[in-house]
Amino acid sequence: MAEKGLMSDQDMERALVRIAHEILERNKGAQNLVLVGMQTRGVPLASRLATTIKQLEGIAVPVGSLDISLYRDDLSSLNLKPVVQRTEVPTDVTAKHIILVDDVFYTGRSIRAAMDAIMDLGRPKTIQLAVLVDRGHRELPIRADYVGKNIPTATDEEVKVYVREVDGEDKVTIFSPNKGGPSDGDC
Amino acid sequence: METVESTTHGAIISGAFSPPSLGVWRHRHVLDLDDFSKDEVGLVFEIADAMSEVLSREVKQVPTLRGKTIVTMFYEASTRTRASFELAAKSLSAGTISLDAAKSSVSKGESLVDNLRTIQALGADVIVMRHPQSGAPYLATQYLDTAVINAGDGWHAHPSQALLDIYTVRRHLDDLSKLRIAIIGDIMHSRVARSNIWGMNIMGATVVLCGPPTLMPRGLNEFIERCQLSSVVVEPKLESALEGADVIMLLRLQLERQQSGLLPSIREYIQRYQLTERRLSLAKPYALVMHPGPVNEGIEVSPEIAHGAQSVIEEQVSNGVAIRMALLYLVAGGKSR
Repeated sequence: MAEKGLMSDQDMERALVRIAHEILERNKGAQNLVLVGMQTRGVPLASRLATTIKQLEGIAVPVGSLDISLYRDDLSSLNLKPVVQRTEVPTDVTAKHIILVDDVFYTGRSIRAAMDAIMDLGRPKTIQLAVLVDRGHRELPIRADYVGKNIPTATDEEVKVYVREVDGEDKVTIFSPNKGGPSDGDC
Repeated sequence: METVESTTHGAIISGAFSPPSLGVWRHRHVLDLDDFSKDEVGLVFEIADAMSEVLSREVKQVPTLRGKTIVTMFYEASTRTRASFELAAKSLSAGTISLDAAKSSVSKGESLVDNLRTIQALGADVIVMRHPQSGAPYLATQYLDTAVINAGDGWHAHPSQALLDIYTVRRHLDDLSKLRIAIIGDIMHSRVARSNIWGMNIMGATVVLCGPPTLMPRGLNEFIERCQLSSVVVEPKLESALEGADVIMLLRLQLERQQSGLLPSIREYIQRYQLTERRLSLAKPYALVMHPGPVNEGIEVSPEIAHGAQSVIEEQVSNGVAIRMALLYLVAGGKSR
């Protein structure tokens, strides 16, 4: 596998600030917003968006975390089931504008699961989706409202987002399989 | 493979950054804790934390095990364990069938194995089984492809109870390896005590066993030695067992034991072993009082303590649902074999 850089820490920072502006513009301010990060790396990204919004508007938007393991549609075909992490949404979601935050937007299946999970917590006014990277290959009729960067990919490539809170650094990379190489799988 | 979302997939591929992985989970069945690793217990607890959040919601249900069938087969009376497993299954949207063995074809002479095979043929994904004979669930696993969870077998084991007990302790007291846990009462007939001994030992806690000499298992010291349970201590004197304890786990006195001559009188048991205020004061000031239930109030424990500030008896019951949801999640998902 060859790893290639796609976004630097500064690229990520700029993308998140832009997304924060777009969220405020679209929702006409920060009233009734709730940022919900999807485990694992969506959670720190959601906190960073909240920090930027606080600087811009002076309003502390509640930040929650969401684990979708219990809502996945592929549980019965996975040999290794995912560890269920914490879901913690600190406020009632009913009548709020929920901004789901994830790192990589791919098939759309985890967003489908996330929407089901949010709906189980209440009846939000709207659910919007913010992603750092959209790599295409949707399998469901779902789109993102806020995109940090569109990256065309092949399905055998892997897009990986590193965030300093989890991985110690900020960057986005893409792994491409070496055609015919022997290293497949030993990463 | 494309249904695996890139976020999770990426984490698996890069390994080092992923949260505790399910890779530590090696069990197809849950029969006892003697073959559990510390990581596996930790994994069950981590998933139980997430399940607790589900149970705290207004709508206490997630679609995780939709389409799976969980059968509870109880060859021995039970109310709370059975209700707890069924509630856990329903909260995960699994279909449940509960079979009362007394009313099933067992009473018409069908053998245990045939009985279980029938249930499997009906399409059960998990069988939750309680049986008066030790080892019955182990026998079941030799004949079935279905996952089996032991909900209590004879005097032998009750792993989900021990997990919920340890989980309850961990929610109050941080480092299990520094704790002194006194298990008081009828150790001999207690599958709860046996599974807790394994579980507490895995977590590194010191376990002190105390009870009337006639209700202590024979050969206990040899057993402790043979299995190298260095942190398990037998203490005949109640006062010494309670001294400095962080957790006091009381066992139910099975009243029918009096008839079998193992217990001179209930009154003597009360005098010598009941947890009273005075005896409780020997333990640490914050010591937790636990009981697997059903409690004989006024026998193992005074009513004031059973409902007092240090009692976590009711919490044990509610934690039980989360633990059983975690166990069902771990054994019921995945490909059918």
